[in-house]
Amino acid sequence: MANAALADKPAARRGAPKPARGPDWVRWSKPVVLLAGLIPVARLVYGVFGNPDLLGANPAETIEHTTGDWCLYFLLITLSVTPLRRLTGWNWLIKFRRMLGLFAFFYGFIHLMAYLGFDMVFDAEAIVKDIWKRPFVTVGFAALLLMTPLAITSTRGWVLRLGGPRWARLHQLIYVVATLGVLHYWWLVKRDLTWPIIFAAMLAILLGWRVYMKVRKRPSARRAAA
Amino acid sequence: MPMFRPPPIAPSEITPQSVFLDRRRFMQGAAALGALGAGGGSALAAPAALAAPRNAAFSVDAEPTPKKLVTGYNNYYEFGTGKYDPAASADQMKTRPWTIEVGGEVEKPQTIDIEALLKMQLQERVYRFRCVEAWSMVVPWVGLEFNQLAKMVGPTSKAKYVKFTTAMQPETMPGLRVPVLDWPYVEGLRIDEAMHPLTLLTLGVYGEILPNQNGAPVRIIVPWKYGFKSVKSIVKIEFVEQQPGTAWNKAAANEYGFYSNVNPNVDHPRWTQKRERALPALFASRQTEIFNGYGDQVASLYAGMDLKSNF
Repeated sequence: MANAALADKPAARRGAPKPARGPDWVRWSKPVVLLAGLIPVARLVYGVFGNPDLLGANPAETIEHTTGDWCLYFLLITLSVTPLRRLTGWNWLIKFRRMLGLFAFFYGFIHLMAYLGFDMVFDAEAIVKDIWKRPFVTVGFAALLLMTPLAITSTRGWVLRLGGPRWARLHQLIYVVATLGVLHYWWLVKRDLTWPIIFAAMLAILLGWRVYMKVRKRPSARRAAA
Repeated sequence: MPMFRPPPIAPSEITPQSVFLDRRRFMQGAAALGALGAGGGSALAAPAALAAPRNAAFSVDAEPTPKKLVTGYNNYYEFGTGKYDPAASADQMKTRPWTIEVGGEVEKPQTIDIEALLKMQLQERVYRFRCVEAWSMVVPWVGLEFNQLAKMVGPTSKAKYVKFTTAMQPETMPGLRVPVLDWPYVEGLRIDEAMHPLTLLTLGVYGEILPNQNGAPVRIIVPWKYGFKSVKSIVKIEFVEQQPGTAWNKAAANEYGFYSNVNPNVDHPRWTQKRERALPALFASRQTEIFNGYGDQVASLYAGMDLKSNF
C-alpha cells in the first residue's frame, strides 16, 4: 500500500512509477519480512488449534487484541517508510511498503472477522445496530472499509490504470485510516489510556512530519516562482 | 590465673526491645501462616484448604469454569488494568493480620478479625459471575451470608445502604499509583440487597482460601449484579443513610449505574449486554439473563422500578 510518497516523485507524475533500485539483499529479504509478518497470526492459529493455553483465559479477546494491535503497528510502520527514506536516504525502504500496508489490511481484516464472528456470532441485525450505535465500532469499521480499496489497488497494474498522481491521492486515505484506527482504540478502552496515547503520539509525529514538510516547501516554492 | 571474662557487650549490639518484639511477632505471624498453609502470603506455597458443604439450593446446576481461568483472569485495578495483571502481581499483598471495621448506623460497631469469620459456619455456593465486559464464569465460592455479619452489629432503622471499602496497600498495589479510579475502591448496596440471602461474604473459592488476586482475604459476591459491584479485600463496612458514591459510578456515571443489575435489555453505551462469552468459549453466544438468572429470587427487590433509568 504505497501512498503519498510516490506523488512527490517526478517519475510518478509521468504515470509509470520506476521501481526504486535497491541493494541485492532487498530482494531476498522480502520473503523474510513476509514470514516475520506472519508470526503473530501463526501464533494465534497454533493457539486455537494446538495449544489453548497460549491464548489465555479469553482466547477471543486475545485474538481481537493481537490482530488490532498488529493492524495499528503495521499502519504506523507503513507511514514511517517515507519519513525514514527522506531522513536516511534509504530509498530501498519503498520496496517493502506495499507488503507492510497489506499486512495492516490483513490484520485489520482478521480483527473485523473476529468481531463479527466471536462477538456478534454473525447476527446481521446485531451487527448493523452495533456499528450504528457505538462510535468506536463505527470508526473501526469505517477504517477497514477505507482500507479495502487501498489493498485492492496496491498492485502495479492498478497504479498504471489510475495513473500515478490519482493513485497517490487515493492512497492518502491511509492518513484517515490510521487516524480512525487510533480513535477506535482510544474510545474502546475503559479507563487506562496509556497505549492509545502512545499510538496517538506516534501517529501525530508521522503525520506532523508530513505537514511540516508541506508547509516548509510552500514558501520556498513561492519564492522561486517570484 | 586470669579468669575468663566475657567481652563487654557494646550498646550497639543490644537488640532494642521493639525489634525483639517485632521478631517475636514475625515468628508468631510465620507460625500462623504455616498453620494456614502459608496461603495468606506466598504464591509459591499451596493455598490453604477451606472446604465447606455445598448449599445446593443456592447453587446453579452448571459446570464450574476451570479454576485456572477464575484465578488467572479478572479485574482488580489496584494491581493493574490488565486482566492478567492481578494474578501476576498480587502475591505481595499482605492479608494478615486483617480486620474489618464495621460501623455506621449500627447498634454495636465493631472490628471483626478475619480469623473469627473463618471460624464461622461456611458453605459453598456455585454462582454465575457476569462481568460488565460481557464475559462470564461459573464459580464455586465459599462464604457466609452477609446478613449473618449484619446481625452481629445490628443495623438501625437509619441504615438504608451499605458501603464497602477495599484495602489500600500502596507498597503492594502498583495500580494505586495510577489515578484510573478514585482510590480507595468503594462500592455500595441498598440495605435490602445487602441483606438478601444470595449476597455472600466470601472467604474462599474452589475449596481453598481466596487467592490474593480474587480479593483475599474477604470480599462480597452479589451474583445478580455485574462483577464490579462485588468488592474485593474489604477493610471497612459502613451502614449509612445516604446512597454512597461508588468507584465506577464516579468514574463514568453514564456507563456504570449504582444498581448495575445484570440486564440484557440495557446495553452498555459501548457494547451490547444481550450476549456473553462463557469463558473460555470463543463465541459470545450465551444469552445473558435478566438478573443473571437470579430473577426469581431478586426481581421483587425492584418491583415497580424502571430498570432502564435505574441501570
